[in-house]
Amino acid sequence: MPSDFISNLLVFILAGFVGFEVIKRVSPLLHTPLMSLTNALDAIVVVAAIIIAGRHETTLSTVLGIIAVAASFSNMVGGFLITDRMLRMFKSGKTKKS
Amino acid sequence: MTAADAQQIIDLTYLVAAVLFVLSLKWLSSPVSAPHGVLAGEIGAALAVGATLFNPELVQYKWIVVALIIGAGIGIPLGMVHMTAVPQRTALSHAFGALSASMIGIAEYYVRAPHVTKFGMVEIALEVIIGSLTFTGSVIAAGKLQEILPQRPITYRCQNIVSLSVLGAALVLALVLVIHPEYMVLFPVMVGVALLFGVLLVTPIGGADMPTVISLLNSYAGLSAALLGFVLNSKVLVVAGALDGSSGFILSVIMSKAMNRSFTNVMFGAFGQLQVSAKAAAEEKVVRSASAEEAASILSGATKVVIVPGYGMAVAQAQHKVRELYDALTKRGVDVKFGIHPVAGRMPGHMNVLLAEADIPYDRLFDMDDINSELPLTDVALVIGANDVTNPAARNEPGSPIYGMPIIDVDKARTVMVIKRGMSPGFAGIDNPLYYLDKTLMLFGDAKAFVGDIVRELSGTHH
Repeated sequence: MPSDFISNLLVFILAGFVGFEVIKRVSPLLHTPLMSLTNALDAIVVVAAIIIAGRHETTLSTVLGIIAVAASFSNMVGGFLITDRMLRMFKSGKTKKS
Repeated sequence: MTAADAQQIIDLTYLVAAVLFVLSLKWLSSPVSAPHGVLAGEIGAALAVGATLFNPELVQYKWIVVALIIGAGIGIPLGMVHMTAVPQRTALSHAFGALSASMIGIAEYYVRAPHVTKFGMVEIALEVIIGSLTFTGSVIAAGKLQEILPQRPITYRCQNIVSLSVLGAALVLALVLVIHPEYMVLFPVMVGVALLFGVLLVTPIGGADMPTVISLLNSYAGLSAALLGFVLNSKVLVVAGALDGSSGFILSVIMSKAMNRSFTNVMFGAFGQLQVSAKAAAEEKVVRSASAEEAASILSGATKVVIVPGYGMAVAQAQHKVRELYDALTKRGVDVKFGIHPVAGRMPGHMNVLLAEADIPYDRLFDMDDINSELPLTDVALVIGANDVTNPAARNEPGSPIYGMPIIDVDKARTVMVIKRGMSPGFAGIDNPLYYLDKTLMLFGDAKAFVGDIVRELSGTHH
């Protein structure tokens, strides 16, 4: 078993625990923005896609990389945009009156 | 600066991004701090993408730039959709995320093959299988939500056996590839079988079960990104994937509890739509109905009103009229609150977003547990476009198919009013005893039109 695997597994388990504790506290009010935000964060796979597309090893890997860049970057842009739009809609009764 | 220095700076930037991602979710705990959360996420993502562009391994940028422009071109319109369309947008973004992760895994396989280590092959195979099934599953879910595909559950005999065999086939192919990496021709077959499994997984599921499905796909999309992090030995992907995966997992658990499904039921995707109970309503039961005028006079005489919206409200586009009703009643000094069931709407939290869009203050929106303690003290519970989530049979008829599902106890309010098109049962095909209670008034009509009529009556009698 490669040593990288162990360290990755450690990071995965710890991040999973952190995620669990943090997300448990998210108000049910914001479950939709939560999903669109985690979607946008998950789109960080774009960094791997950029490397695959830009390393230019084979034509196939470049083409697949380009598709991956477009797909994940659309998630990143769209995910942050819609989360921001949704959160702007949440106004409390107090701020609304002022 | 050497390539190794550059790589260190990039890795450090990724670390900062990972920390910002955790903070981003932490700040989402309340609507007040949530905008900081989005900002933290945006900065983290921008840093990571920016740093990656300086990776010394990159030899050509032209196509990266083209792909980023295409991505932004798709992402911006998808970020601007109407709030009612957010569920299908979300399903589509799960599909894009999974597509991206699978493409990278496939590319990585062909770059390494046939000299893949056994362990590397296990990681790649799992990553590509989960990514592929999430891709097709999410596309089907988006199609159902957009109503391009039929919303009703599509079922056939032995479907669980067929689905699980297909999944089993994908895993067997993966195993063969681990043992015999030289059988490269099996790799695309494995991808194809996994894609097919995604279709089989989601096709049988009905529209009303979408909140659970979409959460589960969210979790799978996160898992595929985390596995990709294992394949590429990239910690930032492992962290982001683990966060996304645990978020989807928590939401699936919340949704399945709210529908009284066991967790195994969720994990295996066997959401077997609720069995329609065949017992026909033999005896003619009597319902009392009321006009908008009567409803308005009861509402204006109340001190405490709880509105329980369901997806029917969103379908009728009635949320803005509901806001007017909220305003009219609040102006008369009536205390108006909203009770939101976890599975109201087509995805977790959907109803809250729809009401927030209509400018209803979020501190008036209460989740099921909070509102249930107030309902016995409530004068009027007004149900708009919700059915099964208010069905008292879930509480007191052990024979009912929805028995045990947590509901909003509107029947404990002094008076119940239900706006409904007709007496047709809800998605589960179950009769709702709520409608035959002495305290219940049925308001027959289109939700938007009926609420509009009540508002008109309220403003008419005001002067």
